[in-house]
Amino acid sequence: MSGIASIHLVENALLVSIQDDVNDTEILELQDTLSSRIAEDNVRGVVIDISALEIVDTFVGRVIAQLAGISKLLDAETFVVGMRPAVAMTLVELGMYLPEAQTALNLSHALSLLRSE
Amino acid sequence: MPQSDTATILKILETDFNAIIEEWAGSQIEEGVKRSDLFSDKENRAQNTELLKSFSKGIRAGVVDGEFDLKDPAWEDLRASLTDITKERVKRGVTPTEMATFILAIKAPMFERMKGELADSPTALVNEILMLSRLIDAFSIFTNEVFIVEREQIIERQRLEMMELSTPVVELWDKVLTLPLIGTLDSARAQEVMENLLETIMQRQARVVIVDITGVGTVDTQVAQHLLRTAAAVRLMGADCIISGISPTIAQTMVQLGIDVGAVSTRSSIRTALADALKTMGYEIARIKDR
Repeated sequence: MSGIASIHLVENALLVSIQDDVNDTEILELQDTLSSRIAEDNVRGVVIDISALEIVDTFVGRVIAQLAGISKLLDAETFVVGMRPAVAMTLVELGMYLPEAQTALNLSHALSLLRSE
Repeated sequence: MPQSDTATILKILETDFNAIIEEWAGSQIEEGVKRSDLFSDKENRAQNTELLKSFSKGIRAGVVDGEFDLKDPAWEDLRASLTDITKERVKRGVTPTEMATFILAIKAPMFERMKGELADSPTALVNEILMLSRLIDAFSIFTNEVFIVEREQIIERQRLEMMELSTPVVELWDKVLTLPLIGTLDSARAQEVMENLLETIMQRQARVVIVDITGVGTVDTQVAQHLLRTAAAVRLMGADCIISGISPTIAQTMVQLGIDVGAVSTRSSIRTALADALKTMGYEIARIKDR
């Protein structure tokens, strides 16, 4: 498992929290690990907690969008949760609206949305 | 041979100073720009005297070989008195045209005298009249500039005040926020509004945000762009965004402009938007008894 992000299985969903000091190699590793875990554990949802992220660039934005795309192909919904205001503004500035991913305020909001599906 | 283009001008200003003040006031009345309703005779005379004094001082020092530059230190006094008098007159409601005509009115008494003085040498007369004309035109243009600068300061101040007019984010219900937008939405304001809104969403953990644009007069492509970006940022934060208060006229404009709101929900009134928001939160408004 990747050192920078912890992946936990909760109620048929994978919870991933990304740390602030994540670098490009590590996030690509995470993409790898997460893809295989989605298939192995046969989950319905992936919840990516980015509340620790204070800055995002186009690369991180794209990886998150790709993660959402991968999960969709593997039949799991992706929720991006806990995005900070500054990060949201940056992504909008960059034109990355993450249409593949769903969003939620926090973990419990995401889980309740997953349950109601 | 005349010594310079300003010799006669200076001579007239020295010998006939008081008479020129009188006649200047006279031609101001003729032109209809004296505005006795705004200035007393005494005040007007004081202004005229001050201007004419710094005017002759400026001509004496500031015109070299028929050239002059109002930015020169030699014209400092004149600039100061012109600025003061223009500001004072503008404050009392004098229009820029009246202000310029007020200055230009000095030409008549001056030209009249120069005609007498230089009756024998038409070339010198033309030269000096040309010079004086240029000078006085420059002064009247200067008053116009002062006027514009003054106006711009007012506009800038009002713009800042408008920016400071807070765009309050109101909590309508538990986890339901509304942002009533009023006026126009330019880039700077849109940025501030967005920051403010997103911060509040995080603080209150809001689930639904109603952006109400009832108070926004017109929606052009730029305003629409800002609105949609705000909606996108709200969605990224994990909350739902409803844009309400879209009037029929604005709806028509938006369609004609080809603005695609995509997945953002839009409502015509804040009333329906609120009902939707409450529904999302699992509430509904019901009548408690027949009245």
